[in-house]
Amino acid sequence: MLRSVSILLAAAYLLAAGVWILSSGVVRRSSGTELINVACDPTRELWDELNPKFCARYETQTGSPVAIRNSHGGSASQAMQVKSGFEADVVTLAMWSDTDAIRKAGLMDDGWETRIDGGSLPYLSTIVFVVRTGSEKTRDLRDWDDLIARDDVRIIVPNPKMSGNGKWAFLAAWGSVKRRGGSDAEAEEFVKQLFQRTNGLDPSARAATENFAKNGQGDVHLTWENEAHLEVNQSGGKLRLINPPASVRAEPHVAVVDSVARKKGTAAAAKAYLEYLHTEEAQRVIAKHYYRPTHPEVARESAEQFDRAGKIELFPVVPTIGASWDGIDTRFFVKDGIFDRIYDRGKSP
Amino acid sequence: MNTVNRRVLPGFGLGLGTTLTYLTVLVLIPLGFCFWTAAELSWDDFWQAVADPKAVAAYKLTFGASFLAGVVNVVIGLIVAWTLVRYEFPAKRLVDALVDIPFALPTAVAGMIYANLYMPDGWLGRYLVPLGIEGAFSRTGIVLVLIFTGFPFVVRTVQPVLEDLDAETEEAAGVLGASRWQTFRRVILPSLIPPAITGFSLAFARAIGEYGSVVFISANTPETTIAPMRIVALQLESTNADRASATAEAAAIASVLLLVSFAMLILINLFERWNRRYGQ
Amino acid sequence: MANDKRSRRDPWYVRCALIGSTVGIVGFLILLPLADLFTQAFALGAVAYWDGLANNADTRHSIWLTLAIAPVSVAFNTVFGVAAAWTIARFRFPGRAILTTLIDLPFSVSPVVVGLIFVLLLGPNTRVGGWLLGHDYKVIFAPPAILLVTLFVTFPFVARELIPIFEAVGSEEEIAARSLGANGWQMFWRVTVPNIKWGLIYGIILCNARAMGEFGAVAIVSGKIAGQTETMPLRVQKLHEGLSEADKAAAFALASVLTLLSLVTLLIKVGIERKFRAERRAPE
Repeated sequence: MLRSVSILLAAAYLLAAGVWILSSGVVRRSSGTELINVACDPTRELWDELNPKFCARYETQTGSPVAIRNSHGGSASQAMQVKSGFEADVVTLAMWSDTDAIRKAGLMDDGWETRIDGGSLPYLSTIVFVVRTGSEKTRDLRDWDDLIARDDVRIIVPNPKMSGNGKWAFLAAWGSVKRRGGSDAEAEEFVKQLFQRTNGLDPSARAATENFAKNGQGDVHLTWENEAHLEVNQSGGKLRLINPPASVRAEPHVAVVDSVARKKGTAAAAKAYLEYLHTEEAQRVIAKHYYRPTHPEVARESAEQFDRAGKIELFPVVPTIGASWDGIDTRFFVKDGIFDRIYDRGKSP
Repeated sequence: MNTVNRRVLPGFGLGLGTTLTYLTVLVLIPLGFCFWTAAELSWDDFWQAVADPKAVAAYKLTFGASFLAGVVNVVIGLIVAWTLVRYEFPAKRLVDALVDIPFALPTAVAGMIYANLYMPDGWLGRYLVPLGIEGAFSRTGIVLVLIFTGFPFVVRTVQPVLEDLDAETEEAAGVLGASRWQTFRRVILPSLIPPAITGFSLAFARAIGEYGSVVFISANTPETTIAPMRIVALQLESTNADRASATAEAAAIASVLLLVSFAMLILINLFERWNRRYGQ
Repeated sequence: MANDKRSRRDPWYVRCALIGSTVGIVGFLILLPLADLFTQAFALGAVAYWDGLANNADTRHSIWLTLAIAPVSVAFNTVFGVAAAWTIARFRFPGRAILTTLIDLPFSVSPVVVGLIFVLLLGPNTRVGGWLLGHDYKVIFAPPAILLVTLFVTFPFVARELIPIFEAVGSEEEIAARSLGANGWQMFWRVTVPNIKWGLIYGIILCNARAMGEFGAVAIVSGKIAGQTETMPLRVQKLHEGLSEADKAAAFALASVLTLLSLVTLLIKVGIERKFRAERRAPE
């Protein structure tokens, strides 16, 4: 008796589990209550706080509940996944070109930058340095060119071909030479020197942070401003933030993936989600996580926390480095582009 | 016996049908598809993908670290198997049971713990790193986790052979005046070599595919990127223009790994068959 | 024991050195890491341990997902394993040796390659995957793909355990049952299953352990969507990548659950081996 009951229970469990797994592959069209946010790597803590706030607000406003699922990884890798069929309702990637690559693949409509009220840029960021407190090697580090002043300094930065952090850091380094009137040849020599000092390239921003902050690898970490504040605050004084006098104006765009949202019937919720980012409530959360808010008032209030370690002059990539993003991508980051040239030749014997 | 069985015992058609269908759908078609995708590359492109310096560095590390881990496992596996079979000591049963942990523990967990142990402020790292021994985020770390994942293979192949070893031959050797060391070298060791080789090949074959534990302990430098990590990187590296070729390149490297593991599998099977026939 | 006589012949210093090395090796490779794991898991106390496990919806979901994927894959592979072992051990037919080798194949394929081939075959941009998606069915980046790769990597466990057992047991009892008039299913449930019981359970628990712990293949096909396609090992990694002490403790807490499950696997294994030996000894 007991035996047949337990066999029956086991069979029922197996059946239920099997049905659950198989049915979870069915694309739900009508529900529209679940959004997948494919995000770049360092925004984990930000979305962890924003998502519940948005869900609560959305439910009170529209009466229908919504759940948000996040996926994180290197920005270019995430874009790649979306292009190869990862059904994201919204993408919150590190840069315009990663998002636009999804449009180029035919998954997003033209003019995605302007279709959200308030625009595609709810926050900005930049690339800064983090060093180990009291380290002799990085005592005199102030500006970009100090990074290559010593041969024994190991730099942690993720792979520019996979991660937004890596790409922005590369462009910031290149731009730092161009801004003071340097030639392309000088810029290339500088980034070559810089990447020769890297300790290998991590696949994503957070992997680099782990390597630097937790695993104790390397002397300087070139990272997102928000990631820098996070790791410095967590370190209990072991890490020190350095704001260079100038760095790149990083623009992590957000967008609705139209084809997916249309198909799943989530377009309205997805748009509301991204527009929520411009509300004062969301902007304060954004500032709290050390992204630079674009809401004028919140930006003014939070300016102090970003300037505490020195004011950074933010320069835009276009036109400092190239006339368009497409040009910049093909010039630097495609196969056998400048990055492959300086990194492969610079590194492998 | 064959014809009798088929007439007397039921289920040949059902069994063979189920086996072949399941095998084909789940294993053979997907594997065939990998080669198919790699074959979309022209021969030159295929060669370029397979012989790309980063890929070659990754194979070298994969095979080198797996080989080294296998060799270490042969040595420590022999010691452990010998001790467990020949001696009595307290907690022997516990030690015997613990040997199988690497089979049961998820490799990702193993990688995470090893990284935590050997990192500069870990339990072992805090003593080893000042001595210049980087147990985590280095090639040493990769070899260490591969030793862990392959540890039970040699022990478990050698143990039964040691248990069945003919006591009389050994005693006869002793009676005939051979020293203990001579007996070991001339009588015992030769019969331990075949199972040790089998154990080594199993551990080696397991190690060349290992991924979960290595990602946690690798430093993501070119020097610590194994072939499976290279495949993942190719899958995820941008940029837009070279997408299709990156997938095919990944498939090409995967094909190389697949061929090596097939070869290993066939070698192990042939060796075991040969050993059964001529070994004893 | 029978070994005593011979063991005494090894000089005491050899014996001590070898026992010492063995304990050292196992302690260093296995015990120390386990101790470290549990220390880290409880670093912030038992309350934080429980909090990390139970009070996070995504972590709970990952536990459920693993607890669904693993038994279903085990069930499939058990049916297949019994069928395959029966066919291979009880009958002689052309291609039998090749079939035996092919069954071992998934053991030697890297999990990453497994993930890759299923993306190549069923990814949304492929012919098959595209067709399925056109009919509103997602495989890659959804749980069905996790099930598929788990089936692949755990494919041989049951069959491999059963083949030698079938061969050792022999077919006399089954033939006798048939000649006494039992039909095929009666023979299978009354004679065959009891004979291979322990081997079957052994294969099942090994299969289950691997199914719960699979990482590489699942990482590639799942898309790692929190609360949707993250299995326990993937969740461990995600938590481990969080920067706070709480995240780290939660990662180790979840890892400790996986470890406990593998310890249970081992306990069952030891139990079975003892029972198996006892049953074999009994008729003598």
